[in-house]
Amino acid sequence: MRPVYVVSGGVSKFAKARPDKNFQAIIKEAYDYLLDDIGLDFETATRLIDGSVASYFSDHFSRQLMAGIMAQDYLGLVPKPSHRVEGGGATGGLCFQEAWKSVASGHMDVCLAYGFETMSHVETWKGNEFIALASDVSFDYPVGGFYSGYYAMMVTRHMKEFGTTPEQLAHVSVKNHINAYHNPYAQKRNRYTIEDIRNAPMVAWPLTRLDICVMSDGAAATLLVSEEGLRKLEAAGAQIPRPLVKITGIGRGTDAMRMSDRPHVDYDYFMENYATQQEKDSDETRAYYKKLWEHGTRYPGVHSFRAGRTAGNMAYKMAGVYDPLHELDFVELHDAYTSSEIQTYEDMGLCRYGEGGPFAASGKAFLPNIDYGLDLPEKSECAVNPSGGLIACGHPVGATGLMQAVFATWQLQGSIKKHFGDDALQVKDAKRGAIHSHAGTGTYVTVSILEREE
Amino acid sequence: MAKLPSKRPETLGGYIVHGIPFPVETDPEALAFLKRLAPIQIEQEYKITYLHSYAQDSPWFAGLTNKHLLANRDPKTGYTYATPRGHDMYTGQETEWIDITDRPAKVHTFTVCYFGSEEFLPETPFVLALVEFEGVNTLLLTRLMGVDPAEASLDWVGMEVKPRFLRNSKLKPTDVYFVPAE
Repeated sequence: MRPVYVVSGGVSKFAKARPDKNFQAIIKEAYDYLLDDIGLDFETATRLIDGSVASYFSDHFSRQLMAGIMAQDYLGLVPKPSHRVEGGGATGGLCFQEAWKSVASGHMDVCLAYGFETMSHVETWKGNEFIALASDVSFDYPVGGFYSGYYAMMVTRHMKEFGTTPEQLAHVSVKNHINAYHNPYAQKRNRYTIEDIRNAPMVAWPLTRLDICVMSDGAAATLLVSEEGLRKLEAAGAQIPRPLVKITGIGRGTDAMRMSDRPHVDYDYFMENYATQQEKDSDETRAYYKKLWEHGTRYPGVHSFRAGRTAGNMAYKMAGVYDPLHELDFVELHDAYTSSEIQTYEDMGLCRYGEGGPFAASGKAFLPNIDYGLDLPEKSECAVNPSGGLIACGHPVGATGLMQAVFATWQLQGSIKKHFGDDALQVKDAKRGAIHSHAGTGTYVTVSILEREE
Repeated sequence: MAKLPSKRPETLGGYIVHGIPFPVETDPEALAFLKRLAPIQIEQEYKITYLHSYAQDSPWFAGLTNKHLLANRDPKTGYTYATPRGHDMYTGQETEWIDITDRPAKVHTFTVCYFGSEEFLPETPFVLALVEFEGVNTLLLTRLMGVDPAEASLDWVGMEVKPRFLRNSKLKPTDVYFVPAE
């Protein structure tokens, strides 16, 4: 595989509704930003880009089949190769990795990854119905198909199993909303308190409206290149910032669509197949897990995302990450729900299974120089969702995973101030970060590692 | 009386309009002004009736109409699925049917939905639960009845429950639901 670099990115404004532009023009907004950021004009880019990957989740929302080719056409990229990827909420993460494959394999030198979703064309509860159709339509959807309900059941089990509390969940919402206060791309920029989160209308017990992300219209795009692609762009006048941002790890995992079908494996099987290397090497952690299993915990059940652990382990192995909490400077992860952020801390090895709740309230995942109005007992270790995540930025499904890639690239370039107009969210001296994209109840999960090349 | 909400709910629907304002003359100034107009938005209806087959899972629904709760089992390993599955996930073998109507069952986890997809909004609040059965390896998604949604608590996890069946079957998985066993 050849080295692959992310050289530029763009994100449209995420909003509840963008009736001012059709989806092609919203994608072009992100694309134009991406080109402008490296000083590349449209005609030169059209000549140098070898092909693209398109990302969007639901044909229902736009009531338009083959939207991908309409975007390709609008961006002036026909007749170059392209394909659409779809994997629920992980669509953007899958798209990013497909673009990586196109470049790493030698098939392309310059590959554009773009994604969008326009969810405002239907009312919120019809939108929830569309999303719930991403559950088994024979056995799950007809019982009361509602994704917030599915995630609520998962966290209820997490609470019962590990003692996680709604207040710990609320810490995630406070953190992400306050981070987004400094992000002009975010849909929701509010300073909330723990009380605000818990007093918001209950949607699916124990999740309130402020534990849950919102639907959005928006688009994002990133440009991936090989070393040869970099030379071609620079020869054409592109101003590529140094140090470069390199993709050093790619991981994916899957799980059964029906939560009910997921296994409940024993301690030995968990340790052999799912534990991180760091967990396997620690006597204390093995004893900790042994005790959990003696109390009845089984894995993954419905409280954990086996696909997330699988994706993380795969990406970490490729990138040489052993101790994620101390070897990653930040993580942009898929917080469609506060609960799924806590579950993902565990899947990605930022803490052990069962410790996600206390980890959320510890301060380790917060930024060090932001006033959250909370009494956090520990210092920042690895900022999680410094951008504000899905909960505050919004979740235009096909764009979300690419938005994470763009924000991660800017973190590693040290260019947050340039793009946000404020450096409050810049992780100081960020060298390595992870992006994590997740589809319905943990069916598809991607983890990609990006690093600043020294 | 409770205070009225500060925002009225937004809904689709409205007047049918024939013709909207447009410049009388399309001179360059008028054409340039078109760039400053708000977008036109219209409603498009989309309605489909699907002919959906329950295929190899059909006997499960037939069982519900006759007040039997079936499950699938791998004939060799005995691995048992509470939610029907024609082939085993681990051996690839075709599964067989067993009857679990009278198996002891417990709430594995649950939630109370105060909102929902449009189709289910009129039924809120409702309780969704995943139920575990003795000797069965996987769970079943169902509705839990006979509990007070306002009293939701983690104590409901582990509650013993039993199935009840609709007398007038709708040939949906909600033909079976669960209530506290008591």
